[in-house]
Amino acid sequence: MQNKYSTYIFISLALLSTITKAQETIYPATVQKGVTIITHATIHIGNGTVLNDASVLFENGKIKQVGNTISIPSGATTIDASGKQVYPGLILPVSSLGLKEINSGVRGSNDFLEIGDNNASIRSIVSYNTDSKVINALRANGVLLAHVAPMGDLIEGSSSVVQLDAWNYEDAAYKLDNGMFLNMPSLMVRRGGRGYMRPQSGDPVKEGLAKIENVKKFFIDAKAYLQEKNHSVNNLKFEAVRGLFDGKQKLFIRANEVKQMLLAIDLGKTFGFKIVLVGAVESLQIASILAENNIPVILDNQHALPTTEDDDIDQLYKLPAQLKQAGVLFAINDANEQSKQRNMSFNAGTAVAYGLEKEEALSAITLNTAKILGIDAITGSIEVGKDANIIISEGDILDMRGNQLSKAFIQGRDISLDNKQKQLYERYKYKYKIK
Amino acid sequence: MKKIFMWLIFLGSITNAIAQESFPINGIRDIRAGLYAFTNATIVQNEKNKIENATLLIKQGKIIAVGISVTIPKDAIIINCAGKFIYPSFIDPFTDYGAGTVKRAINSLGYGGPGQFLSNKVGAYNWNQAIKPEINAADVFSIDESMAANYRSNGFGAVFTHLKDGIARGTGAVVSLNTENTNQAILKTKAAAVYSFEKGTSTQSYPSSLMGSIALLRQTYLDAKWYKTKPVTEGVNLSLEAWNNNQNLPQIFLADDKWSTVRADRLGDEFGVQYIIKGGDNGYQRIDEMVKTKASYILGIDFPVAMDVEDPNDARFISLADLKHWELAPTNPAAFEKANISFSFSSSDLKDSKLFLTNIKKAIQFGLSETKALEALTKTPATQLGVYDQVGSLETGKLANFIITTEPIFSSTSKIIENWVQGNKYEINGAEWKNFAGKYKLTINNGGTKSEYNLEVKKDLSASIIGTDTLSAKIAINESMIKISFPTKKGRGAEQIRLSGTILGNDWTGIGTDATGSKTTWLANLTNPLINTTETKKTNDTLKALAKITYPFVGFGNETIPTQETILIKNTTVWTSDKEGILKNTDVLIKNGKIGKIGQNITDATARIIDGSNKHLSAGIIDEHSHIGALSINEGAQSVTSEVRIADNLNPEDINIYRQLSGGVTSSHILHGSANTIGGQTQLIKLRWGANDQDLKFAGADPFIKFALGENVKRTTSSNNNRFPDTRMGVEEVLNDAFDRALDYQKALKENPNARKDLELDALVEILNKKRFITCHSYVQPEITYMLRIGDKYGFTVNTFTHILEGFKVADKMKEHGANVSTFSDWFMYKTEVQDATGYNAAIMHKVGLNVCINSDDAEMARRLNQEAAKTIEYGGVSEEDALKMVTINPAKALHVADKVGSIKVGKDADLVLWSDNPLSIYAKSLLTIVDGIVYFDREKDATMHQTVAAEKTRLIQKMLGDKKAGGPTKPAMPSYQTILTCGDHDHEDGLATIYENQKD
Repeated sequence: MQNKYSTYIFISLALLSTITKAQETIYPATVQKGVTIITHATIHIGNGTVLNDASVLFENGKIKQVGNTISIPSGATTIDASGKQVYPGLILPVSSLGLKEINSGVRGSNDFLEIGDNNASIRSIVSYNTDSKVINALRANGVLLAHVAPMGDLIEGSSSVVQLDAWNYEDAAYKLDNGMFLNMPSLMVRRGGRGYMRPQSGDPVKEGLAKIENVKKFFIDAKAYLQEKNHSVNNLKFEAVRGLFDGKQKLFIRANEVKQMLLAIDLGKTFGFKIVLVGAVESLQIASILAENNIPVILDNQHALPTTEDDDIDQLYKLPAQLKQAGVLFAINDANEQSKQRNMSFNAGTAVAYGLEKEEALSAITLNTAKILGIDAITGSIEVGKDANIIISEGDILDMRGNQLSKAFIQGRDISLDNKQKQLYERYKYKYKIK
Repeated sequence: MKKIFMWLIFLGSITNAIAQESFPINGIRDIRAGLYAFTNATIVQNEKNKIENATLLIKQGKIIAVGISVTIPKDAIIINCAGKFIYPSFIDPFTDYGAGTVKRAINSLGYGGPGQFLSNKVGAYNWNQAIKPEINAADVFSIDESMAANYRSNGFGAVFTHLKDGIARGTGAVVSLNTENTNQAILKTKAAAVYSFEKGTSTQSYPSSLMGSIALLRQTYLDAKWYKTKPVTEGVNLSLEAWNNNQNLPQIFLADDKWSTVRADRLGDEFGVQYIIKGGDNGYQRIDEMVKTKASYILGIDFPVAMDVEDPNDARFISLADLKHWELAPTNPAAFEKANISFSFSSSDLKDSKLFLTNIKKAIQFGLSETKALEALTKTPATQLGVYDQVGSLETGKLANFIITTEPIFSSTSKIIENWVQGNKYEINGAEWKNFAGKYKLTINNGGTKSEYNLEVKKDLSASIIGTDTLSAKIAINESMIKISFPTKKGRGAEQIRLSGTILGNDWTGIGTDATGSKTTWLANLTNPLINTTETKKTNDTLKALAKITYPFVGFGNETIPTQETILIKNTTVWTSDKEGILKNTDVLIKNGKIGKIGQNITDATARIIDGSNKHLSAGIIDEHSHIGALSINEGAQSVTSEVRIADNLNPEDINIYRQLSGGVTSSHILHGSANTIGGQTQLIKLRWGANDQDLKFAGADPFIKFALGENVKRTTSSNNNRFPDTRMGVEEVLNDAFDRALDYQKALKENPNARKDLELDALVEILNKKRFITCHSYVQPEITYMLRIGDKYGFTVNTFTHILEGFKVADKMKEHGANVSTFSDWFMYKTEVQDATGYNAAIMHKVGLNVCINSDDAEMARRLNQEAAKTIEYGGVSEEDALKMVTINPAKALHVADKVGSIKVGKDADLVLWSDNPLSIYAKSLLTIVDGIVYFDREKDATMHQTVAAEKTRLIQKMLGDKKAGGPTKPAMPSYQTILTCGDHDHEDGLATIYENQKD
């Protein structure tokens, strides 16, 4: 059923699309005032539940009601989503968004990789550039939140969650310093290759283990230091890991090899840290250990080649389903450097083709991610009390045939889905007089 | 120098059997005859002829007689070889003995470093530093005592030696391993010329790839031929002169991998040369291809050592192919023998030279005949090198190069006692002479009364008198003195007979005391030497349950290559990618590799019926831009390398061929990378999993070439580029210059049939004549525009713009020009030149009317090209039917093969994919992928293959563990990395065991 509001919105959208404007004039949306209700939608809650012909009502940025029997309050902005799919906003579980602009050849545009073995005290948030040209493209693919993390040799620094509709990083901050990142050294012998793939000079196992011992020593020293409030000499690095000891921060460990992951688990146990494994391509090998220890993983990229020549051709495609079966909590990411994480929902879709349930796959890019990042109390699903981080798609967001965003809300704010790519499309449709 | 001279004379004067006539002597001459008779030996003259109880007579380093009834001159020194064996000594046909080594000069060459464009060798030599046919090993040869001793200990008497460096390595010499006299040691100065694909210590940038090495060799053959016409412009080129002179010699090519062998032989065929192939240990994996070369081989014998696989995490990363090769490598020589291929052995690959004979024996255990083994060590190498008149068998007139062994040479406990080279004795296991093991007839003469005893002596001198009772005897030997004592009977208190005497050959004699104290004389004759005859051949057991050879030799290979079938797919949704659009409930008949019929209610009694209901059938996916299945992708050393060809270095064993079949890909256009403006010639292949490199090729397809513009070719990521061009302006001028040169070249060829043939310009002339077509990597609009204008200027159409992420900006211009376009669906912002990239690019170009393809340029993404095409639905609303065409018929058109593939039409090749779902859906999986009517991927079969691969790996790992437990040698586990080649355009992050060879330079 069409009502006047949706008609109005339709017209305004149509207008928007014909007025060509630069990305610079795509403004962050203003704070939601009043009530918005999305009606007649297929609502994918994010926790596995799907409501058909249902409504979600949000007010002042928070979800107030979700269900099949919600009456439309007078004065509410109503969006008729008949035939459409409503999902929680997608969350990038790990990203260099806003830190890394142009990967190759433009060093000056990159601020994600710091030098040095221990950068515990650096913070990704201070470098997060809300004007990155990537952000708006990702929003059009349904990504509304991102966990932005620094990179480095070993202890990489702290990460924060940002929302993708902001004037500056202080506006963007969604959850500050929720994670500390550690890059587990590789324990594999290398042969051949150039650049960073060149064979190691020494014994990688020995060198890797020595590095881990240094990390442990750092945490032992930090723990002792943090027992005392007053210090004659301050230590910023020790201060930076306080959150790990008091449970306010999780330790995200980049690890793919079995040995790396076992060392990571050991490290977590030694210091009582909450850990998350990032990458974890070999996680199936230790799935039962991960499940027993409640260690979640962030799968960086389903769209990757099998680990070894002899692995099943679809090894990584079916990994999520296998982890689900093993009882491991996981989030799906998209670490592809060329498509800039815009295909995360398709990574989840691939997992469905290879055995995961559709709603489970959705959780892997929404609610599971929120849980892993420690923000599930405020987002990750369309549930009462949470932030109204919501997207509306014409069809199945996990499939290219359906993924077509018509609306997105961050904290109830009706954000623009326009971006430079669409603007260039308009520009050249105009030039060639095509539709 | 003078000192060495003196020393040589001194040495010669005391030990050498042969005098150096031209050398003055300081002192009194002392020339000896060097006349030796080796008697009572089992002489193995050659692989066929064995003479028992024979004599070998040598004089002054040569054999003067061999046989049973040899008259031994009075002045001969007799060496009694009773119980011993004499063989011709071995010949190693591929060493660098005494030829020296070259160290690579330190330079800054390397990833992103500045280039060296010409040879830095001083003199009138070739432009390329890796081509040095002017080197002659004989000129630089000097005796190397320790290397010689090492070879001799393995039974070698002569070797072929050359300077192991470079692509054309010059000539090698056959030298004997006598360390007394250098002049005598050289048996043949220019015995063979040697070539390889490895540029070695050359610091020059070119060639930087395997295909570059091949192109360089081809060009050099042409240049050398042209040089014979004495071209004025060339002046004197000592390298080409030497090259031409070397052509009359045997030509040896180092190609120690099976495919490398095929490549070398193909090169030889092109220029009328039959190489002797220095192969490795994996020819057995493709023995038919080895036969087809018609080459004689020099086989390596460095079989892989078991790895330490106790840590399952380490073992996981060793590939099935490596594990199988570990098990099967020792069968390599037997496979060559069985295939009736002539071959010799070289020890040069061995990391541990002590393993040489051990490995030969291993090869015998794994099926090689002893006869063939001996032939491969003697006659064959001698024949290959043209020195069989001098060495390789024990015949009158040949060099006195032979070994004396304790037992037949290939028995497990056999030892070489002495190795004689040109009449000079070199002791290897001299103590073995003192092996007195054997049966003796002992005669004791007590004042005329003779008592006879049978005495049996073991190697450790424990002995017994065999009679009615067996009595143990005591023997003690001190140099040539011997003491024997034994009791007269069994039991305590028996009297002892004591003998004392001397040893002369196999006869012992002396005096003694008998049980009564009487003096006696005695004599013991060896009647029968004890030879280890208990050796059991494990051949049959060893050969049982070995790994199977698969095609290709990797996991997921097939034991037999799949064959064509008649298949009828019933009642399916057919995405024709042709005029008929999408047909529901339709049958498709595949027959003789072609699409036979399309329609309803088709029947064929011979067909395998496949139920296609609820499934979708599409034409096979064609990837316009791929880098799989090749061993090198970029020849980036120069800005114009149109002479290199991807086809020269296809790798049919790339697992990504199989993986991409699983994603519905049936044809891939394998492109040169984007390292330079004019890259190499491309190769369109069909994904015929298991075929050899030749059969991978898409027959009859038009030839293409890769061009590239923009950031990569101006080496943006290099901080110290010195290769022109460094700007887009320069790139454009490189193109103008290249085609200008091509025009002049074309003219010159017409005017002068003797003009220098230039492979680089040949390819460009083909473009000018519309016989070769360009796929041009490009991104931003100015470079696209100028490329179009260059096409206009030189009168050709730029066939395809690939990547083309700013294509939407000049779609109209490309349309007018007639170009095809091939792009990524949704990539952006990974480099400066793609800042304006938009997912809508394909849709805009499509709507403007261009023939649009979606390509992968990525080994992983190629498995999902159907999904990439589907993104044009998301970005720009392209219809599903048109979207699928972007990976089927459109690339077929762009590649000029639309008459054969790309759509489902009667008469076209049966390159098809049966999908589980709408092929544009992320949920669709290919169930069957068919090429030429052959099912190369079957998802059900794939599932069982997973299990087979896992089970076979488990078996082999257990076997390796068993070997380690049994005390066999092991080395640390080394992951089997897969090298994935990329054009160097962007990052890839796949697979822990994956090495991305970013070949930007």
